[in-house]
Amino acid sequence: MYPTPIQDSSLPVRVGYRFVLYVAIAVWIAPLIAIVMTAIRAQGDLLAGNYWGMPQQFALVENFREIFASSPMGMFFVNSIVVTVTTVVGVLILSTLAAVALAKYPFPGRTLVFSMFIAGNFVPYQILMIPVRGIVLSLGLYDSIWALIIFHTAFQTGFATLFLRNFVVALPNELFEAARLEGASEFTIIWQIIVPLLRPALAGLSVLVFTFVWNDYFWALVLVQSDAAKPLTLGLAGLKGEWLTAWNLISAGSLAAALPPVVLFFLTQKHFVAGLTVGAVKS
Amino acid sequence: MSEKTEMADYADLAVVPRTRMQRVWETRAVWLTPLLLLAAPVSIFVLLIVIPIIQSIWISFYDWDGTGPASWVGLGNYAELFADPQFYVSLKNNVIWLLLFLLAPVVGLAIAVFLNQTLPEMRLVKSIFFIPLVLAHVIIGVVFTWFYDPTFGIIAILARAVGMTPPAILSNEHLVTFGIIAAALWSQIAFCLVLFLAGLSQLDDDLIAAGRLDGASGWPLFYYVVLPQLRPVTFVATIITVIMSLRNFDMIAIMTQGGPYGSSTVLAYQMFDATIFSYRAGYGAAIATVLFAIMSVYIAWFLRYTLKQEAAER
Repeated sequence: MYPTPIQDSSLPVRVGYRFVLYVAIAVWIAPLIAIVMTAIRAQGDLLAGNYWGMPQQFALVENFREIFASSPMGMFFVNSIVVTVTTVVGVLILSTLAAVALAKYPFPGRTLVFSMFIAGNFVPYQILMIPVRGIVLSLGLYDSIWALIIFHTAFQTGFATLFLRNFVVALPNELFEAARLEGASEFTIIWQIIVPLLRPALAGLSVLVFTFVWNDYFWALVLVQSDAAKPLTLGLAGLKGEWLTAWNLISAGSLAAALPPVVLFFLTQKHFVAGLTVGAVKS
Repeated sequence: MSEKTEMADYADLAVVPRTRMQRVWETRAVWLTPLLLLAAPVSIFVLLIVIPIIQSIWISFYDWDGTGPASWVGLGNYAELFADPQFYVSLKNNVIWLLLFLLAPVVGLAIAVFLNQTLPEMRLVKSIFFIPLVLAHVIIGVVFTWFYDPTFGIIAILARAVGMTPPAILSNEHLVTFGIIAAALWSQIAFCLVLFLAGLSQLDDDLIAAGRLDGASGWPLFYYVVLPQLRPVTFVATIITVIMSLRNFDMIAIMTQGGPYGSSTVLAYQMFDATIFSYRAGYGAAIATVLFAIMSVYIAWFLRYTLKQEAAER
């Protein structure tokens, strides 16, 4: 165990450690505390100059009601949900197929396909921007949520394949052989044997892809324009200009945008972490 | 992969005697199945990722407003770019981003060592430290903009409390890039922290115990026993951090839109600005191509590492 377990240390060290730990948490999470406190604040607090102190009035519910009533936040929220969930489903299907092919079938060009998925995952968005915008325009999908769904599905498939492949490689070959001996077709094997075994990996992957797509700002900026198609990130950035001084409303909006990925993360932390560290450490 | 293992893989598929038709199908299945499996994912990836890269490079040789007719200018866009002072501002900022982002693995490792304890509350504590990772850059950008506000911001208030004139961080051309980087570092450190905590959990206890028996402790134990074992994680954390530093766009777009007077742009932002606001798609494509060329070095490095590891594991 490294470093030495704090339990083995003297009492002052143990107390000191906990003290430093809690101070560190408070400092680290200060930006989030600021959002929560500001989302609770009433407009009156801000007018009185109370930007960082304790909120004098509890206005969290009013602030939330206000943002959903006086702005298209509700619509942005629905857009974000539809884009993200549809993308996650599409990515899970495509990447499972690709991962099985890359992990369990030798074929010429396997390394090339694998490399394409890895490298594609890291390219700067700007090198894709003009042609992708062109494709979306020519399909008549510009300014619709489908533009976002299609692009995100393609892009995330690279990362997801890389991720799932590591798990499929680890499944024993005997499993496949036994099923084939019983006469199962390749697709039956994938659907009835591999997918159930991959369930934890698929759960972790879903949360990762959810977070990436939910938090996207660049592609929303490039591919959509009207409120009817804007996801939360883009909508929020627009409202920031409109509600210049209404920090409480922007905070409430930010909180609404932050909550789904944070909650999902807490629910599936183990898989999420395992997903991020694929390739860096052995699972 | 060696010839031998490849043959063995094929052999897996036909372990029992079969009828002739079955055998024909099976040998086909060996290449037909992966082909069918890969058809959809590879097509969509090639269409929307691979081909656009080539198209962008191609567009960079044209003078084009993005909608009208395009005219061939050869290396004209590049000649103009290399004479454009704004390009050097972006490039300089990219270098600052990259260098300061290297703090992320260092700080991330330090926090990981600090948090690698087994107290009962540790699971929750670690989760709290991971939160910035799942927050949208848009949200982080908004909060840090408030922190930096020269009138109401927390930094201004603290500065006034100690009798200093509050710095207008985001409207000062010398401070602005550092202000944005600080905000972006928050989530990048969290990313490195996740990797290093995973790395620390897999240290070889025997090696550490042996090191301690030999009297190593403190810095020598960390430097000679722990750090070498963390090499793969350190490599991945560092290279991904470098790639992320060059990809950053959201934070700049939210916090300053490249201002004041273009002093906080990076290549990624300058490209967007040229293409969308100045209607110069050809010029924008040239900027994107330069950024892509720079990043290719790191992407190739990462790819080589991953493929090597693959080969070693088989």
